[in-house]
Amino acid sequence: MKFGVVIFPGSNCEHDCYYVVESVVGQPVEFIWHQDTSLKGFDGVILPGGFAYGDYLRTGALAKFSPVMKAIGDFARQGGLVFGICNGFQILAEAGLLPGALLRNIGLKYVCKFLYLRTETADTPYTNMLKKTQVLRIPVGHGDGNYFADPETLKRIEDNGQVVFRYATADGEITPEANPNGSLHNIAGIVNEHRNVLGMMPHPDRSSENLLGSADGKLIFESMVNALIGTNAGFSPRSSNSKS
Amino acid sequence: MVSEELLTQHNLTESEYQKIVDILKRPPTITELGIFSVMWSEHCSYKSSRVHLRRLPTRGPAVLQGPGENAGIIDIGDGLAVAFKIESHNHPSFIEPFQGAATGVGGILRDIFTMGARPIAAMNSLRFGPLHKQQNKRILEGVVGGIAFYGNCFGVPTVGGEVYFADCYSQNPLVNAFALGIFEKDKIFYGRAHGVGNPVIYVGAKTGRDGIHGATMASAGFGEDAGAKRPNVQIGDPFMEKLLLEACLEAMQKGLIVGIQDMGAAGLTCSSCEMGARAGTGVELELDDVPQREAEMTAYEIMLSESQERMLLVADKSKEKEVFDVFHKWGLDVVTVGRVTDDGLLRVRQHGKVVAEIPNGALADEAPLYQRPLLPPRSIISSRLEHYSFLDGCEPAMIEGFLSGNTDCNQLLKLAVSSPNLSCRQWVWEQYDHMVQSNTIVGPGSDAAVVRVKGTKKALAMTLDGPAYRVARHPREGAKLAVAEACRNIVCAGGRPIAATNCLNFGNPEHPEVMWQFSEVIDGLSEACTFFGTPVTGGNVSFYNETFGDDIYPTPVLGMVGLIEDISLVTRSAFQDSGDSIVLVETVNRLVGRIDLEDERAIQNFISTAIRDSLVKSAHDVSEGGFAVALAESCYSNFHRRAVGAEVRVPSHLELVKDLFGEFSTRVLLSTANAAELCSRADQMGLKSHDLGKVGGNRLILNYEGERVVDIAMDELETAWRQGLPKLLS
Repeated sequence: MKFGVVIFPGSNCEHDCYYVVESVVGQPVEFIWHQDTSLKGFDGVILPGGFAYGDYLRTGALAKFSPVMKAIGDFARQGGLVFGICNGFQILAEAGLLPGALLRNIGLKYVCKFLYLRTETADTPYTNMLKKTQVLRIPVGHGDGNYFADPETLKRIEDNGQVVFRYATADGEITPEANPNGSLHNIAGIVNEHRNVLGMMPHPDRSSENLLGSADGKLIFESMVNALIGTNAGFSPRSSNSKS
Repeated sequence: MVSEELLTQHNLTESEYQKIVDILKRPPTITELGIFSVMWSEHCSYKSSRVHLRRLPTRGPAVLQGPGENAGIIDIGDGLAVAFKIESHNHPSFIEPFQGAATGVGGILRDIFTMGARPIAAMNSLRFGPLHKQQNKRILEGVVGGIAFYGNCFGVPTVGGEVYFADCYSQNPLVNAFALGIFEKDKIFYGRAHGVGNPVIYVGAKTGRDGIHGATMASAGFGEDAGAKRPNVQIGDPFMEKLLLEACLEAMQKGLIVGIQDMGAAGLTCSSCEMGARAGTGVELELDDVPQREAEMTAYEIMLSESQERMLLVADKSKEKEVFDVFHKWGLDVVTVGRVTDDGLLRVRQHGKVVAEIPNGALADEAPLYQRPLLPPRSIISSRLEHYSFLDGCEPAMIEGFLSGNTDCNQLLKLAVSSPNLSCRQWVWEQYDHMVQSNTIVGPGSDAAVVRVKGTKKALAMTLDGPAYRVARHPREGAKLAVAEACRNIVCAGGRPIAATNCLNFGNPEHPEVMWQFSEVIDGLSEACTFFGTPVTGGNVSFYNETFGDDIYPTPVLGMVGLIEDISLVTRSAFQDSGDSIVLVETVNRLVGRIDLEDERAIQNFISTAIRDSLVKSAHDVSEGGFAVALAESCYSNFHRRAVGAEVRVPSHLELVKDLFGEFSTRVLLSTANAAELCSRADQMGLKSHDLGKVGGNRLILNYEGERVVDIAMDELETAWRQGLPKLLS
């Protein structure tokens, strides 16, 4: 199994994602340069947080033209796991690999804090280690995380169960106060129709170790590993998994 | 003869001009005059402060690099080193708060990665006038927004800092930015132009007309024309800086770079002549090759521009192409603009003509040195708030509440925790990305911030402290208090203080009272830093913090860096578990506004040992707002979970309000599962300890001489604390 972490000019969470995959989840990982055109050999690709191209014009608007994005599109269409975190989500939305858009936060300010997410579905390659309604404590750090989609799209992703995470209270209630940025339906993360592409604004890469305040994010990365083992992506499972 | 007007415009005196003529043995060209004026400005030359700065301790076993380079460097073991520094951006931030603060962050980050270190943490120390004035709100919002804009995009976590309000900062806010980076200790890079014939290479943003004379502006006070100086403020592009960071580190890693310096204050001028002076070489620049944003820029403008996100580097001549490849990979401008020569001169050509030719040493090292007159001020600020410095800058009604004998302590406590200087800073730091790089163990809101060092068991603790009211009352004692408090903060976090950096914000050095304050502060810092074994490895002096002739408080801000040997020792200021005992440890002699360094050392040794022996669950320095406020903070400053209550007995010494809120030096509030052992150890060390009560419940209850003087729901108190600042801003 091999993970790849994409570096765009202006990415700034690439080392965080790399560290989690390598040192916390214990899987092989390599960086992918934004000008690369092939994803051969990779089983899962992570688009990290940051400010790709300085967020000029609009978040993700320039990054979607990076040569690697064509390869990522092909990879996603072939069923590969593509995981966008924060700016990575913005890029995937801008590239049309996920529905909807991320607008300026309703408070017009960048917001960085720990908050709670409710898991809306365990039926994705990213949440198979979670239970539906399970509450996770994961931080956000963004200025443009306000999820928006037109009414038809919104209805479609809700009906299809594509909403994966919603901002919630510690008890799992979906309230306006729990929503940090004005996202419609408190949406924090969604998958595409085929469920192999996930975008989420909160940062599981910053919450995969108790030392940093929460290890809940690790469950998402471990779910990916689980899913890749299930699809038998040409690797040897880790010892802890092989024993079970 | 040069006109008086021209000298005034360049902030040069008649005698400074004469010195220039003597050095050149001819009158300077206009470009040369500009170059001298920025290099000899107070901001670049430290001409009023240098004679005093020499008294600071700068050496120690861990110090790899002291003052004089872009940043100080200390050894943290495991083959690793840490570069850190603090710098001011006060004047630009008053004129244009957002960009002024943003470029302040950009400048300090460049100072760190110029040396080869990857920045892993930033902090800032901010001072504003009271928020009941509309203009101050606008400045605060702009400054915080600017810091967030730059740091967040660059990808450095802003992990801590301080924000205080007082009247003297109304027309002169302070924006001090700190950054810290980490690298292997055998991979340090210096700003030295070695190797005659080596190319001098310009990388990064193009040069524009922005920021011309920024350094000169920062070397004068403000009057009515402050708004007209807006064009002197530079515009920041954190995305460009992030690319520069990655490209510079990659070029360094590949061994392509001989010397490197960022173009900060005084831009191309400062970077070229300083690199030449340090290496004892000359530098020849061809301005026609400098990337320019605007047409028809003069040599004067190009040399003095302070456009941001630019670096000057010297590469080995055989590796010029490889350098170009790295910077092109990151999409950056990279151009050879000159050569290193053997004649020690800064020679600048434009359009085929030499427009400046000045010995590098004259610019970098021969600026005039002033032993300015010192005079103790005839009056100092009143002692009225001696016990309650946190009230400084508050509205009069609030101050009266504490001084008038009001004994409704529920009400006083709520007032205190919601007051401008003590209320929760979350509104500020929530705008800063304080978690990027996934190292933040303790973020904003504790005594010191703590970041782990990946690949080791270690962590770094860091804090900024600038008790300006105390310094204004008594400069020398105030400076000692700043050092002591900074060390105590590090110790409370589980660390050992190693070294310091300082940002010395003062008024007009031509006022003898200001120079006296400065000299006293240096003596205080020097005494305390020597005593605690924490050398000052660098920093920055900001003079001329005056508007309409009024000087600010003398405001030294001390940045302290400490090492935590094992992350298991990391200790927070917030209470951890219900049922733990709450212990106050203090010195036998209670002092206000002064400090006994021996006592301070005893208390710090006591805390360190107790943490090492796992006796301490939380440790919080008791400072502004005294015992009651520290206790409340330990109840609600754990941002990872809900506030917890406590019930304690308040030790009585003087009178109720002073015992609750009085700011006595050298005290800490601990929580522990083993109060008996902790207290007996404190007693053995000659300290005074009090086992006061327990953590738990959802109310804060204080008993004083048998009477319940505070009994308040934690929710209510926490809400007052959290909403203090947002309410003032709304």
